[in-house]
Amino acid sequence: MATKAFQKIFTKITQITKATVSLQADGVGYGELATIQGQLAQVVKIIGDEVTLQVFGGTEGIPTNAEVIFLGGAPTLKVSDQLAGRFFNAFGKPIDGGPEIDGTVVEIGGPSVNPVRRKQPSELIATGIAGIDLNNTLVSGQKIPFFADPDQPFNQVMANVALRAKADKIILGGMGLTNDDYLYFKQVFDNAGALDRIISFVNTTENPPVERLLVPDMALTAAEYFAVEKNESVLVLLTDMTLYADALSIVSNRMDQIPSKDSMPGSLYSDLAKIYEKAVQLPDGGSITIIAVTTLSGGDITHAIPDNTGYITEGQLFLRSDSDVGKVIVDPFRSLSRLKQLVIGKKTRKDHPQVMNAAVRLYADAANARTKMENGFDLSDYDERSLAFAKDYSSDILAIDVNIGTEEMLDQTWKLLGKHFKKEEVGIREEFVKEYWTEQE
Amino acid sequence: MHMAAKGKVVGIISNLVVVEATDAVAQNEICFIKVDDEQLMAEVIKVIGKSVYVQVFESTRGMKIGNDVEFAGHMLEVTLGPGILSKNYDGLQNDLDKMEGVFLKRGDYTFPLDHDKEWDFKPLAKPGDTVQAGSWLGEVDENFQPHKIMVPFVFEGTYTVKSVTEAGKYKIADTMAILVNSKGEEIPVTMMQKWPVKKAITAYKEKPRPFKLLETGVRTIDTINPIVEGGTGFIPGPFGTGKTVLQHAISKQAEADIVVIAACGERANEVVEIFTEFPELVDPHTGRKLTERTTIIANTSNMPVAAREASVYTAMTISEYYRSMGLRVLMMADSTSRWAQALREMSNRLEELPGPDAFPMDLPAIISNFYARAGYVYLNNGKPGSITFIGTVSPAGGNLKEPVTESTKKAARCFYALQQSRADGKRYPAINPIESYSKYLEYPEFEEYIAERINDQWLGKINEMKTLLQRGLEVSEQINILGDDGVSVDYHVRFWKSEVIDFVILQQDAFDSIDAVTSLERQEYMVNKVMDLCHMEYTFDSFAEVGPYFKRVINLLRQMNYSEFKSEKFYNYEKELKETLTEVTV
Repeated sequence: MATKAFQKIFTKITQITKATVSLQADGVGYGELATIQGQLAQVVKIIGDEVTLQVFGGTEGIPTNAEVIFLGGAPTLKVSDQLAGRFFNAFGKPIDGGPEIDGTVVEIGGPSVNPVRRKQPSELIATGIAGIDLNNTLVSGQKIPFFADPDQPFNQVMANVALRAKADKIILGGMGLTNDDYLYFKQVFDNAGALDRIISFVNTTENPPVERLLVPDMALTAAEYFAVEKNESVLVLLTDMTLYADALSIVSNRMDQIPSKDSMPGSLYSDLAKIYEKAVQLPDGGSITIIAVTTLSGGDITHAIPDNTGYITEGQLFLRSDSDVGKVIVDPFRSLSRLKQLVIGKKTRKDHPQVMNAAVRLYADAANARTKMENGFDLSDYDERSLAFAKDYSSDILAIDVNIGTEEMLDQTWKLLGKHFKKEEVGIREEFVKEYWTEQE
Repeated sequence: MHMAAKGKVVGIISNLVVVEATDAVAQNEICFIKVDDEQLMAEVIKVIGKSVYVQVFESTRGMKIGNDVEFAGHMLEVTLGPGILSKNYDGLQNDLDKMEGVFLKRGDYTFPLDHDKEWDFKPLAKPGDTVQAGSWLGEVDENFQPHKIMVPFVFEGTYTVKSVTEAGKYKIADTMAILVNSKGEEIPVTMMQKWPVKKAITAYKEKPRPFKLLETGVRTIDTINPIVEGGTGFIPGPFGTGKTVLQHAISKQAEADIVVIAACGERANEVVEIFTEFPELVDPHTGRKLTERTTIIANTSNMPVAAREASVYTAMTISEYYRSMGLRVLMMADSTSRWAQALREMSNRLEELPGPDAFPMDLPAIISNFYARAGYVYLNNGKPGSITFIGTVSPAGGNLKEPVTESTKKAARCFYALQQSRADGKRYPAINPIESYSKYLEYPEFEEYIAERINDQWLGKINEMKTLLQRGLEVSEQINILGDDGVSVDYHVRFWKSEVIDFVILQQDAFDSIDAVTSLERQEYMVNKVMDLCHMEYTFDSFAEVGPYFKRVINLLRQMNYSEFKSEKFYNYEKELKETLTEVTV
């Protein structure tokens, strides 16, 4: 983004707020990038000759006679194979001490894939975590967030998933990451010897919050390069999207927009959809899969951020601590993978859908029994058995520390069903019961 | 309309652009803004003095003050004619398959029909006939549907047919008839016509109350809260409660001639599912491929917001076009909340005073006007046609008190409330049987129809079934408060009878090839089976025996649901059920 000779310089700033600067200028394009005394900013409004810019780094210290230089286009990223193994900031500048990247200049936040050119996702992504693979199977080209309270180990689970997922490239988009978490990711990827297939765009809590708005588009522009040009399978990790949405609300607030639910901008749905819908299975074999993190406040999924996210993404993985077994589990009720139907029972064993549903239904019976118990009522024999099942199911299947193959998960579940229930209680198609039921005492 | 004006861009706020126009412009008039070598389509939404506010259907990146604007002299229109079926359009009726490349290109507009395709034409009108807008002049065969070539809807008054082209193969731009108006002027008519999407097509004689059951194969709809041909319904539900699966099931299975699906601001992969499956799947009523009867308007969530608003109108206008041919059209819109959000985004940029949750104040009026375009009609030639409209609503936070749900509740006659706790317990479809309703059950016209179609005891049976479900719910609440042994054994039996209804009639496996679609005959059979069972008296020694016993009963009935209707397997389970019932009944 070097200054070029013919660029016009403006100095007539008319208005400064905490996040925006307005000035008189002409010949400016909507969405164009500018620098204000070296600070990057983007055009968000033009009325006649008054141009309003959103300043990514905040407006602290900007004087009314500051030099504003327009750069002639939207934010860009240079893409090439040299991206692999590198760490960048929100503007796509290296932060790992390495050299600048050579490559094709691409505008970030580019156009959408024509829906008729998309292919139906069909490749199963195995993670070894039964709470995911058995109940909420992931598929390449899918977009799915972890819904978790800030104290849940979501970044660790996500790093595990990423490393086991066998993607050609893993792209990390870190928004408001603490420096500790940033170093954690770096170290885990390094230890796994996977650094050469990882690209990171990182905005830490030490950077200005509005800069975060560029991170998903940077990460996804890089992802599109590898998926479209190189036909690679790319996994994009976005953490934490709640902090991204918070940055959106800061900007819309500074622009005097009328907030809708939970002080979020009315366009939150479209803003998030533009990011998540970059997940795609391409016709020539490349794919972009997005796994994100949306932190919740006290498990509240009705807040505008998780709520809008849930309507956009193809399911969600809900982490919670199960105090009965003392482990963090993937909650089978509130988690969902919408694309699992494309692979379960097709790419996995035929009994998968029925076993999955039966176990979750019985787990729900256990939840009812628990309510009864908590209200001080006598439990029936069935209640007792379902509670015992729930405990085993929670620690052997749902816990995030489980790491086994999908067949083993199914066998393990049949074993638990046989241990605690009678055949007619599980409500599974008879042909499967005949084949897999294991009677136990 | 009027002479098309020109103008220049004077302001840009995201996709809201202010234009200074040289001449008169009309509200909702279309214009094109030149950005570099691209022409971006936009629609007038407000005029103040010389400032014309337009919403651009594309990204405005790179647009500059002073860019040239050309007004088109008409509102947003669709092109109607043979060749719409099986097409995949965006919200502005651009043919997505004609666009080149993997990515959508800004300003790339494609013709929605095919100029070169030849259609087998058969004349219906003859010289000397008096005709009016919507009158059938002839027909062509479009995917085995009799596609009528009509007098264009924009024609006012009556005309006399001078000539109709003789039977043969013709293209859409060929003249198919010549009409003479009251002044004696000759007007040629082709197979194509245009219509502004925001206006309803009203070329029909009357719109009676709808009364004919529209079979969907979904038991909890057809049996419990049926929708009718020309009826309206909506499906609100928090995310993850199975809205999409239910909607796809209805669009696959419903007994309609034409299905128009508006994927309005939803996930692209869901549309891809339709693109992938429909060419393979077979219409259970005709045995032909589902794609042949389906048109998809795909304006997914990442496509421009203003075009999202247009998409539902485009879909409705196409539906009205086919209704005018005397066909039964089913239109699905997923989701109308995204459409309302598109209105909200624009209202916000216009700095209008907001209504509840920052939605525009006139949202309820916009929604009810839209639902009013559906309906059962008698055309001017006396033939019936219908648009059944089902919209989904995505209530923010799953709260049914939010503005879109509330406004829709006032407009739609069937309410299918998806319930989080049913979905959590994997009781799919998660339609709450007690809160949901179908107003059509109260129509005497429907009562008469269903008595003829099934029998005159059917509605009574369904009402009794609903009462049993309600009682079961009350008992389960009492058991929760008083404990299992705090209520009599009879109460447990009552609870389990409602569970039988729930598991066997309400719940249905949309992914099981047999259970997914249940014919009306089969629904009647199973309802009778279940109700007979509910009418029996049972004797148990203790409450602990009740649950396990009824679980066996439910299991057998479900195995029946999973078996081919009236197959040997089906009857074997039925026999086993009979034996099980003799164990404890009096």
